Amino acid sequence: MDSQFFITLAFVVVTFSIYIGIAIWSRVSTTSGFYVAGQGVPAVFNGMATAANWMSAASFLSMAGLIALARNGFDGAIYLLGWTGGYVLLALLLAPYLRKFGKYTVPAFVGDRYESNAARLVAAICVIVISYVYVIGQIRGVGIAFSRFLQVDIAVGLFIGMFIVALYAVLGGMKGITWTQVAQYTALIIAYIIPAVGIGSTLTGNPIPQLSFMDIAGQLNQIQEDLGFGPYTSPFNSLSPLNVFLITMSLMCGTAGLPHVIVRFYTARSVKGARWTGFWALFFIALLYTTAPAIAAFAKYNLIETVSNAPYDQVPEWFTTWEGTGLLSFNDLNGDGLIQYVAGPENELSVNNDILVLANPEIANLPEWVVGFVVAGGLAAALSTASGLLLVIASSISHDIYKTFINKDASEQNELLVARIGVVVGVVASGIAGLNPPGFVGEVVAFAFGLAAASFFPTIVLGIFDKRTNRTGAVAGMSTGLIFTSIYIITAAPGMMGMGPWLFDISPQGIGTIGMLLNFIVTLVVSRQTAAPSAEMQAFVENIRYPRTASASD
Amino acid sequence: MDAQQQPNQAKQESSEQNRVDYWKANLNLTLTLLAIWFIAGYVLSIILAPVLNNITFLGGPLGFWIAQNGAIYVFVLLILVYCIRMNSLDEEFNVDE
Repeated sequence: MDSQFFITLAFVVVTFSIYIGIAIWSRVSTTSGFYVAGQGVPAVFNGMATAANWMSAASFLSMAGLIALARNGFDGAIYLLGWTGGYVLLALLLAPYLRKFGKYTVPAFVGDRYESNAARLVAAICVIVISYVYVIGQIRGVGIAFSRFLQVDIAVGLFIGMFIVALYAVLGGMKGITWTQVAQYTALIIAYIIPAVGIGSTLTGNPIPQLSFMDIAGQLNQIQEDLGFGPYTSPFNSLSPLNVFLITMSLMCGTAGLPHVIVRFYTARSVKGARWTGFWALFFIALLYTTAPAIAAFAKYNLIETVSNAPYDQVPEWFTTWEGTGLLSFNDLNGDGLIQYVAGPENELSVNNDILVLANPEIANLPEWVVGFVVAGGLAAALSTASGLLLVIASSISHDIYKTFINKDASEQNELLVARIGVVVGVVASGIAGLNPPGFVGEVVAFAFGLAAASFFPTIVLGIFDKRTNRTGAVAGMSTGLIFTSIYIITAAPGMMGMGPWLFDISPQGIGTIGMLLNFIVTLVVSRQTAAPSAEMQAFVENIRYPRTASASD
Repeated sequence: MDAQQQPNQAKQESSEQNRVDYWKANLNLTLTLLAIWFIAGYVLSIILAPVLNNITFLGGPLGFWIAQNGAIYVFVLLILVYCIRMNSLDEEFNVDE
């Protein structure tokens, strides 16, 4: 038990106490409070909560590593563009209209707009599956962070994380989650920016990472060329131009189609509030996303400067610590005792994408409290996303399935009880899966965006903007998009049937874009070949388009 | 009776016309902003990146900067403009909450 342990423990205990305090303060007793925080969250805080809800352990811990290592610089833009540009689509095409619709869930919109309980059920099942797979990764991340830095068993870490999330999700529903997410956003953004400012100042003398990283990226070009890696700032080192285009589009439209993101806009106070929520959400997300490429460039630069051709018996302490986890490994192929970090078969060092953000402060020799803060920030990112996902699962179970199909006359207390049980079931189920993660989870999360892009996104957009879109068209389009995308992923993705990308060399990660185009085309064509929606439905769409509800007194 | 109904009907027509105009203005704004979204996120960031990389900006290649930082700033601004313009359109066409 060194001083690092106690500093990290202090940060975790303080932040967790705040979350529990908020949970007790924000208890709710109505379904509206539980599902959408009583639609009373001011736009700035709603935007902050949306940002925390969105930025998961993957954004916080893995993205900088993906940019610097897996995508070798430029091509990492697929994540940066894809996971921010989607908010433009959300804010302009979905948020104000879904807020005007004003019900509690995404399946409720699909069911009401297309006058079909079957469509609502299918949508609810999609929501539960996508969110469940997604939440397993978050809970797992919490367990790993605890075990690495607080030296407890992964199972104990998982249990602590599950207990905290269940506590405030059960008591406070969306209201508790929203205000906890505001606190979690604050923790994670400070934890992300401090190391970037510290390292940037040391390397360049400029404290603003967004300004100083370009200089380091330029220098990396020469350094990487000497080691045989492609130039850091050149496009298409790791992906073809077509795939960069298609993956970016798939991530953008998938972001706009993910239920736990869309539902945040229901919590705004008004249509105006929903628009401003979109702005504040992307503003707060951009603080992290414009810092991420800086962390990536700094970390890669420091990593190469520290380890390249360094004698193995004189490596710094962090190198040995991470070797112990198996996430960093050195294999002295030529037996010269030096670390060769190069492109090609002579490479002797392998670095896991996920450790870059956690190891970064240590690589740059920042003080111990920075590491403690980063761990607390990573936990905040994982917990905030997990709670948002669990709420979506719970409301789909209680509102879209229980209230719609099982017990239509359920009282509010009754429905609320089912929702709370839904949270507990979701937490326990994801905890069990997080303890023994099935191999397919990582794969499926990566493809959740493609599936959301090919299914929900076109169906909701056309439901708002095209009055002529009817039930037959929407069902045909959604099935085409989902089936085409799933089949391509199952046949072409590595680790599944492994046929490789058989259609124009398109990566399975980018195929959602093609599925989405098919969905749009099929929906539009089939709708126009079949009967137009009823007059009531035309009025329903009309009502969504105007912020003020038309009434007799107008 | 007739004299009373006439202005009422005219008012209703104008309010119907008003709603159509509001929706058109909304679609115009949305499509314009989405065009800029596409130019920033795809044309400049991806398609033209190899060419723009020949220009130096902040000490590194411009194409790289747009793809990893610049386009994100544009996205934030697009939503800001949308909020301001739409909220004022709501009032202008008298359809605000």
